[in-house]
Amino acid sequence: MAEDRHKQTSKYTLDRNMPGAFEGETVNRRRFMTGTAHAAGGIAAAAFTLPALGFALSPIFKRLPFQWQIIGTPADFTETAYTTKVITIVQGIGEAGKSIAYVRTRWPAVDTEPHNKFNSFIALSSRCAHLGCPVRYVQASERFVCPCHGGVYNFRGLVAGGPPVRPLDRFYTYVHNGYVYLGPRYSVNSELERFSPRDPGEPLDGIGQFLYPARFDTSVLPSTRNLPLPPKITP
Amino acid sequence: MPKLPGPPLPRALRPKPSRPGADSEVTDPLEAVAEGGITVVDWLDERTSLSPGIRWLLFRRVPRGINWAYTLGSATLFAFLSQTVTGVFLAMFYQPNAQGGAYESIRNINDNVFLGQFVHGMHKWGASVMIILIFLHMGRVFFFGAYKYPREMTWIIGVVLLILTMAMGFTGYLLPFDQRAYWASVVGVNINAGGPLIGPYLSDFLRGGPEFGATTLSRFYAIHMLLIPGLMAALIGLHLYLVTKLGISAPPWLQAEEPSEVVQQVEV
Repeated sequence: MAEDRHKQTSKYTLDRNMPGAFEGETVNRRRFMTGTAHAAGGIAAAAFTLPALGFALSPIFKRLPFQWQIIGTPADFTETAYTTKVITIVQGIGEAGKSIAYVRTRWPAVDTEPHNKFNSFIALSSRCAHLGCPVRYVQASERFVCPCHGGVYNFRGLVAGGPPVRPLDRFYTYVHNGYVYLGPRYSVNSELERFSPRDPGEPLDGIGQFLYPARFDTSVLPSTRNLPLPPKITP
Repeated sequence: MPKLPGPPLPRALRPKPSRPGADSEVTDPLEAVAEGGITVVDWLDERTSLSPGIRWLLFRRVPRGINWAYTLGSATLFAFLSQTVTGVFLAMFYQPNAQGGAYESIRNINDNVFLGQFVHGMHKWGASVMIILIFLHMGRVFFFGAYKYPREMTWIIGVVLLILTMAMGFTGYLLPFDQRAYWASVVGVNINAGGPLIGPYLSDFLRGGPEFGATTLSRFYAIHMLLIPGLMAALIGLHLYLVTKLGISAPPWLQAEEPSEVVQQVEV
């Protein structure tokens, strides 16, 4: 067995026969100087690394402002068919920031989820809940079909077949001054219970809502009371 | 234990004996140029001492029986160099602008810039070639058992390089910003989101926010041309250092022989 070279016999430098040791000293000047230099280098490196890291990670904590946008008047929509509306998801990047919402009037005979002031119109996101490809509504079969991996949703946006793990996302809608406004996105589970927006591929039934936590910025379910009202329209 | 002889100088570097009857004065202009070159190299070498390192790196003993499969690592290295060179020059014309500028700049490279389509094509197809070469190289190392002691670290660094190369492919795919690039990246990011617990935060980090936007493109661009290439260059250096230091493993079909001539048995 080799002798343990790191074993300390005494905590005093003098007892350990270190060159230049003083009486009662536990850290000699050379080691102190080395430690100081390392600490200074570490502080200098952290001074630029930590802000840069925070800068790169900040989008995880970024809060997106609610964007209400006018998508038409109540007369534009029917109960039995979806109307396609081009909406802006990300502002300032032109075509790349646009998406599609499928909108219809709430149909009490079909829409069994409780009615409130934000779902008088049903606005479904075209983002497939499997991996985010754009779904297309087929009126003949009353189904949403995804071109990428064959996800199928029924008239209400519930999963009818294929790989999607939850129904299509929805948007808040609000009627004000004779216009229909479209608000932020929210996700739903298979019971159409409302959850804060999740990415595609994240199930919300059972353990799913805990395995895929909400974003930091939207971890609280959006309150229906504190939602900003739509802006006034000047004719 | 007797020391093994060092690697021999290649023939071109060995001192040549002067020809009988020739005087020491250099009269041939070609020889004068060669003499000048030697002087420059000597000047550099006296100040940098690089020649032992270069000899150590390039003139190595390799086991007998090696074959073309042993060149796959070098082939991957050259694929990486090709990607670096073409990528640097593509960056001179590319704009990471999600408002249509990215697509337009790629279209400009393909349609207007001299040899633009060729350099873009080199970069695009070279990416696939590099992935294929990496897997062939990895297969060679695996099936020849070359990852075993003492070369485990070389293998681990190689695996990290494989992952980084795939990340290069993923981030580079978005940059043309056409329909295929956009939707493939949407799907790719959402696959990342599918990881439990950290998935949602990972996808937010990749996108630079909850939605695919302008920052997503510049983020992918920065990762693609600054972050990962720097890491890869450093790791390739380490990989090559280990390859040189540990030497190349013999093919598995060669049996180890007792070194009969070098080690002498001494009766005491």
